[in-house]
Amino acid sequence: MTGGSPFVPHTEADRQAMLDAVGVSDVEELFDVPASVRFDGDLDVPARSEAAVRSEVATTLDRNASLTEFLGRGHYDHYVPSVVDRISARSEFLTSYTQYQPEVAQGFLQALFEYQSMLVELTGLPIANASMYDAATALGEAALLASRVRDADGSTVLVPEYVRDERVSVLENYGAGAGISVRRVPGTARTLSPDPLADAIDQEVAAVYAETPTARGRIEESLGGVGDLAHQHDALFVVGSDPIAMALLEAPGYQGADVVIGDASVLGLPTSYGMGLGIFATKEDYLRQVPGRLVGASTDDAGRRAYTLTLQTREQHIRRERATSNICTNQAWVALRTAMHVAHLGPDGLIEKARRMVRLASDLADRLDGIAGIEAPASDGHYFREFVAETDRDAQALAADLRDRGFAIHAIDDHEVQVAVTETTADATDDLVAAIREVTA
Amino acid sequence: MRRYDQARWSDEGGDAYEPLLVEKSERTAAVEDTPLPDDLTRESLTLPDLSEPALSRHYVRLSQENYGVESGPYPLGSCTMKYNPPFTEDVAADENAFVHPDRDEADVQGTLEIVHALQEQLATIGGMDAVTLQPPAGAAGEFTGIRIAAAYHAANEDHDRTEVVVPDTAHGTNPASAAMAGYDVVEIPSDDGRVDLEALEAAVGETTAAFMLTNPNTLGLFERDIEDIAAVVHEAGALLYYDGANLNALLGRARPGDMGFDIMHYNVHKTFATPHGGGGPGAGPVGVVQELADFLPDPHVRATDEGFERYTPANSIGKVHGFYGNWLVLLKAYAYISRLGEEGLLDTSATAVLNANYLAERIDFEVPYEPFHHEFVASAGDVDAADLAKRMLDFGVHPPTTKWPDIVEEALMTEPTESESKRSLDTLAAAFEAAASADDETLADAPNRTTARRIDQTQAARNPRLSWQALRDD
Repeated sequence: MTGGSPFVPHTEADRQAMLDAVGVSDVEELFDVPASVRFDGDLDVPARSEAAVRSEVATTLDRNASLTEFLGRGHYDHYVPSVVDRISARSEFLTSYTQYQPEVAQGFLQALFEYQSMLVELTGLPIANASMYDAATALGEAALLASRVRDADGSTVLVPEYVRDERVSVLENYGAGAGISVRRVPGTARTLSPDPLADAIDQEVAAVYAETPTARGRIEESLGGVGDLAHQHDALFVVGSDPIAMALLEAPGYQGADVVIGDASVLGLPTSYGMGLGIFATKEDYLRQVPGRLVGASTDDAGRRAYTLTLQTREQHIRRERATSNICTNQAWVALRTAMHVAHLGPDGLIEKARRMVRLASDLADRLDGIAGIEAPASDGHYFREFVAETDRDAQALAADLRDRGFAIHAIDDHEVQVAVTETTADATDDLVAAIREVTA
Repeated sequence: MRRYDQARWSDEGGDAYEPLLVEKSERTAAVEDTPLPDDLTRESLTLPDLSEPALSRHYVRLSQENYGVESGPYPLGSCTMKYNPPFTEDVAADENAFVHPDRDEADVQGTLEIVHALQEQLATIGGMDAVTLQPPAGAAGEFTGIRIAAAYHAANEDHDRTEVVVPDTAHGTNPASAAMAGYDVVEIPSDDGRVDLEALEAAVGETTAAFMLTNPNTLGLFERDIEDIAAVVHEAGALLYYDGANLNALLGRARPGDMGFDIMHYNVHKTFATPHGGGGPGAGPVGVVQELADFLPDPHVRATDEGFERYTPANSIGKVHGFYGNWLVLLKAYAYISRLGEEGLLDTSATAVLNANYLAERIDFEVPYEPFHHEFVASAGDVDAADLAKRMLDFGVHPPTTKWPDIVEEALMTEPTESESKRSLDTLAAAFEAAASADDETLADAPNRTTARRIDQTQAARNPRLSWQALRDD
């Protein structure tokens, strides 16, 4: 390898001609950096060939254990079809940026417009943006929106006990800058129903949050009642979900949700160490308060329908400190993939995938319930993709023994485990059940 | 002069370009035979319903109606639209990369090793002591950094620091992030394109939490007084924050940590060549000096005798992402840095600066502020910068950022990056010139070789139609 970057295209002759044109003999002369802050040390990063880097990374990642993951709790493995991989990787999509010149970017703009439309159908709300980072940060933004639109003082966001700590931590960070505090509603470890909420809610509450399915896989059954209660207290009702669940469940927008957040990467990415795609959908009333990019339809000089980023006066590049959010780069490419996957499935495919998530959870729970020392699900209800099971054995020990047999499940409390199953692990459930039988014997 | 004709799929006399998915095929499927009670399920779902071949064709056509860095020059200022090496895509497709974040530590030692290695690489490159990879974008990194500053001051029981100062040339995300973190934003005017030390001294004090700066700044100028700036900020008890958007100019040559910055973010989708993806995903790792390491988000990764572990920093601000950030993007950045090595990074900054200087030389536009580095802000002069940009599209190049920073009239903020060859820079220069010499009618008519002709922005904002459902309601 010759010195320098493999991605710098200049020949020596080019470089010389360019230096001559600029009127310097060495590129160093172009750096107006005081000697006192120059770096003369070693970056300690050796240059390597492409093959060497690929090999090194492969060897390193191979140190990850080989496990069959029955893991969920907000991040799931679903199969993404090859056509999505191949076509989303086309460089006109992948290497483009935010569509500041819409005339030359109709392709991506249309894809995002279509993505927004799919979310409108799924969420039951008329406005959906072109992406947020993930569910947790989308929830943070929803809380900020709630505190902005609500006239009254005092901003508390109520969340059920079942919400993951990580999600609440992100929400707290977003809330910290806006004087928003987060409180968990007592008595809501499994579901959020109106009674415990009624005890907890007051006029200081700006937003009430519920998830369906919950982080424990439970499908909420009283969202309508929860939403009513929130509205009676002038609080926004924020519901978290995902596009597979929403293909089957009653749209949160029709159950009183003012904002729907969640993670759409269930369709855009396989399990990816937590990388996500945040959903943000809301009512017409809050249009000007929406964070993130919005793609709208307009007309061009040829009289044709064309797409463009719109309502940019909400955004940071125009509104600066008065923007609805600081978000700039988001998860657009993951949204493209998700839209492609939704289009690939069609409504029948998506509904069937969702139905399967209910059946898989229910079947596996039944089978585990038949094992002595396991009660599954831990509470009566309907489940989507996953469920919590109570274990006589210490949950950590049980999970560790299972891990030794090549299976990963969650141990979420001393005697509670959580098991997720999707179409990618459906064929391994027999082995999982057999292993669980062994380790509980 | 090169011509460019972008793909345009349309029907003669028709009123759209490529039809929407739902205009090709749509179906309302009833939700039946569900293992759930009726009151929990929807009645039906209406979505596009295309075969795979039709779907494939739809998106291939859309890709043809789009423009990426691999299509041609894309000199958006401060965006660093450099070549995205495809080998990083293959690296990130390793099946062992696709693991669940809730795995036990012992079962993700490979991933943790790479996370740790990238933390170290970035720390060295930036002159920082500790780096978190959790923020999922640059703006998220800014927010994280300001939250760290807030935690630092709170830990010192320094509760009066309610302001963050930024220069008037700051990227919009800076004041937006500071405001999101609860701060009042104080903007100071620049002096001849750089930070005005007197104005800074007047603006920072006991109520200042941090001063946010990018260096070189958005005009491409290096803040020569950076050590004095750092002294003023630190004297006032505030922290100095570095916006890493322009780090490409300094790779291997100067490090924010050595200049006195306490906190910085990196934009891996800019400096470290991960693809911009039409608007993300990117990643915005944050580096801090040792004194602030305890405030990093939860978890951080460190090396132990047995391997690598996740731990919660002593005064952690908590989480800024539901899990660990945009892992696949971070993996690509790691691969890029590992490929280039020190010599490649040095060549990158040298060529980025050479290319910008060469391009500025070749175009006959005034560049009021110099000496610039990897980017410059030209003025379109008598021509409206936005119109000029539209005409540039007709020559197969993406125009620079327009109308900003507004310290320059009809600004054209231009960053070619090191990826452009001399020949493509000459082509880009020719496009600038051809657009500048266009008559008023041609400018008003531009663009006319792109998929769409000029789009009515007013209509889009006045009558927002943000979905195909809205189009039908119209």
